[in-house]
Amino acid sequence: MTTLVYLIPVALFLGALGLTGFLWALRSGQYEDLDGAAERILIDRDDGAAPRSK
Amino acid sequence: MSCCAPGAEMALDYTTAVMPSSAEIKLASRSLGGDLHQTDLSVPSVHCAACIHTIETALSRLEHVESARVNLSTKRVSVRWHGDEVPPLFATLGRSGYPAHLFDPEVVGNDKALSELIRAVAVAGFAAGNIMLLSVSVWSGAQGATRDLFHWVSALIAVPALFFAGGIYFRSAANALRHGRMNMDVPIAVGVSLAYAMSLYETINHGEHAYFDASVSLLFFLLIGRTLDHVMRERARTAVNGLSRLAPRGAVILRGEGVREYLPVGEILPHMQLLIAAGERIPVDGTILSGTSDLDCSLVSGESTPRTVGTGAHIQAGMLNLTGPLTMEATAAAKDSFLAEMVRLMEAAEGGRSKYRRIADRVSALYAPVVHLAAFLTFLGWMAAAGDWHQAMTIAIAVLIITCPCALGLAVPIVQVVAARRLFEAGVMVKDGSAMERLAMVDTALFDKTGTLTLGQPRLINASSIDPTMLAIAADMATHSRHPFSKAIARFASSPTQPRLEAVSEHPGFGMEAVTEGNTWRLGRRGWAGWKARTGGEGKAGGYGGTVLTKNGMIVATFAFEDAMRADARLALEKLNDSGVSIQMLSGDTAKACGEVAGTLGIEDYVPSLLPSGKVECVEALTRAGHKVLMVGDGLNDTPALAAAHVSIAPATAADVGRNVADFVFLRESLIAVPLAIEVSRKAKHLIRQNLAIAIIYNAIAVPIAITGHVTPLIAAIAMSASSLIVIGNAMRLQAFKGLSFAGTKPGRRAGTHVAAQPS
Repeated sequence: MTTLVYLIPVALFLGALGLTGFLWALRSGQYEDLDGAAERILIDRDDGAAPRSK
Repeated sequence: MSCCAPGAEMALDYTTAVMPSSAEIKLASRSLGGDLHQTDLSVPSVHCAACIHTIETALSRLEHVESARVNLSTKRVSVRWHGDEVPPLFATLGRSGYPAHLFDPEVVGNDKALSELIRAVAVAGFAAGNIMLLSVSVWSGAQGATRDLFHWVSALIAVPALFFAGGIYFRSAANALRHGRMNMDVPIAVGVSLAYAMSLYETINHGEHAYFDASVSLLFFLLIGRTLDHVMRERARTAVNGLSRLAPRGAVILRGEGVREYLPVGEILPHMQLLIAAGERIPVDGTILSGTSDLDCSLVSGESTPRTVGTGAHIQAGMLNLTGPLTMEATAAAKDSFLAEMVRLMEAAEGGRSKYRRIADRVSALYAPVVHLAAFLTFLGWMAAAGDWHQAMTIAIAVLIITCPCALGLAVPIVQVVAARRLFEAGVMVKDGSAMERLAMVDTALFDKTGTLTLGQPRLINASSIDPTMLAIAADMATHSRHPFSKAIARFASSPTQPRLEAVSEHPGFGMEAVTEGNTWRLGRRGWAGWKARTGGEGKAGGYGGTVLTKNGMIVATFAFEDAMRADARLALEKLNDSGVSIQMLSGDTAKACGEVAGTLGIEDYVPSLLPSGKVECVEALTRAGHKVLMVGDGLNDTPALAAAHVSIAPATAADVGRNVADFVFLRESLIAVPLAIEVSRKAKHLIRQNLAIAIIYNAIAVPIAITGHVTPLIAAIAMSASSLIVIGNAMRLQAFKGLSFAGTKPGRRAGTHVAAQPS
């Protein structure tokens, strides 16, 4: 019983952390271009262009 | 990298495409504060990392451009720039091989709906997961204080889920009830809130059974279905919105003293003088003050042959100016122009589809009262039998929970999501689920001719009988013109081995003139080009009168054209016939032109020379006779008929209003999209019925168990999840349905995007 007192809050906290992470990713536009994100890793940034905003 | 090299024909089209003026770009961009602007462009040919890279570097190198970012999913690029001068975005993109076009910035409201749904799914998922975890411990035998603790924690977690996720259903249900209607959300809202209230009561009284998991996981499942549905429609909408706009945004106004000003269409008033360059569309109705040109009226009237116009001629909004610049005087404001008239006709015609009630709504109108009545009778029955109101209440609510239409709520949307996805892959965009339900009922298909059965572009049919050198010269001259006949001839341009052309000039309404080594060549109307030849025999070859090539006035070649058929038109019509749909053709074109097309395609039934209202009357007459009519059309003149029909399909090249009003828009050139859409819709209808049957069988088994009081939260959770999974699995069978009859006719993605990129 005593273990539950801290285990349940810990479990809920971790879950909430994941939820916040997802909501943050959603708000920062990371789900807006899933196809593009997959392709972009293939682009070499050899032209020294400044990292793009956002 | 080579995969991104644009095809030769694409480059050719690009050279003849008109780029929007900087005033137009500015009008379509939005201000981000200060002098920073953002312009969104649709770039349909983007499809890989190399494309992204090329576009972004090319655009970022331009002066005044702050940043450029490609979105590959929506095939768009947003450019931020500052200053008053618009950077040469279109020229740069065109040079890199990516023709772009402006589109209307969309309504922000829809975006909000999607992010609200996703947030709700996330919260409901989190709550469902955690509550289920606690519930499993309760089911495995947690007792006394531990069980109470678990119940209390569950109750707390469920609150935000009900608030965020349930809110969507509560609002929708309240809205439906306020209007005296019934939809699927009503039994859901009632079930979820009663389950929560009863569980809370149980928890307070140290009860054994709590249904927190049932109420939250129910919301979670249903929200997934709803979100997928929304995403699918959003994708289709984005794709349709990304098509280039055919209606002009504005026009150059000629003020007194030679002052020119670019005004948006809405601000153009009668008696203003407008300059219309070759390649632009006429923004409002008017009369020509000066200039001669050829106008492409195919979108307005359905005529496939361009009309030659001169001073004093009346012209209608939506016509495309092909060859020469015109000065016109507006006779009507945009809101009174031809286009607006079509919109009014369209609104008047709207009838059949607004009366249609979705399958899900019809089912829930029957279902909800039955379920609620059953729960109430159960309560009365147990009260009479045992007299314990707490027990009676618990069992009655268990009945509500078990019958809560989890599977039923998913049965329809999930099939439609899968079907819409199938069609999306084939280049057919579905506006909403009800469109598919309506399409499955269709028994008569009406086709417009120009631009739908045909491409609305002439094709040279006697190329093989023309002297190749002459053809090459004609093709060279033709590349300098935008006239559809010239475009058709220009396709035969070969390597430059013949003498170079000098001083090529276009004489609007007549043709092209060029000089080589002292010889004068003319390509155009017989009477004008062959000034030394005896006229006569006009209209002998082909249906388009005489288009000839002359050398110093002597005819050296005659060209015959026909309106090119849309790819697979014949095959598509045969398939429709096979599936029991009767076909008719409605056209605004002449009886002769219609007869030829009907003959080629084997259409027995056609009506030529129809006005827009005539098309509506045809549709309405058929509807009155009890037919479910499908209208396929592209022109402005088809728009009212598209709205009047039970369901409608438009090609990507259709006029903007037509695309907006049609239920389906197909992006590829092939007409096979029409029978495919019908086949998938019918299959979907079949699966929806199966799913509803599954849901009802599930209820038939589960309800007696619930009424006899044997349902525990564990059984409820298992039964509900299992029925949902079965329904989803059944819907997925549509994905496996390959549409065997269409194998081999499916063009690649590139072909699709190419068509979408080139309205003509």
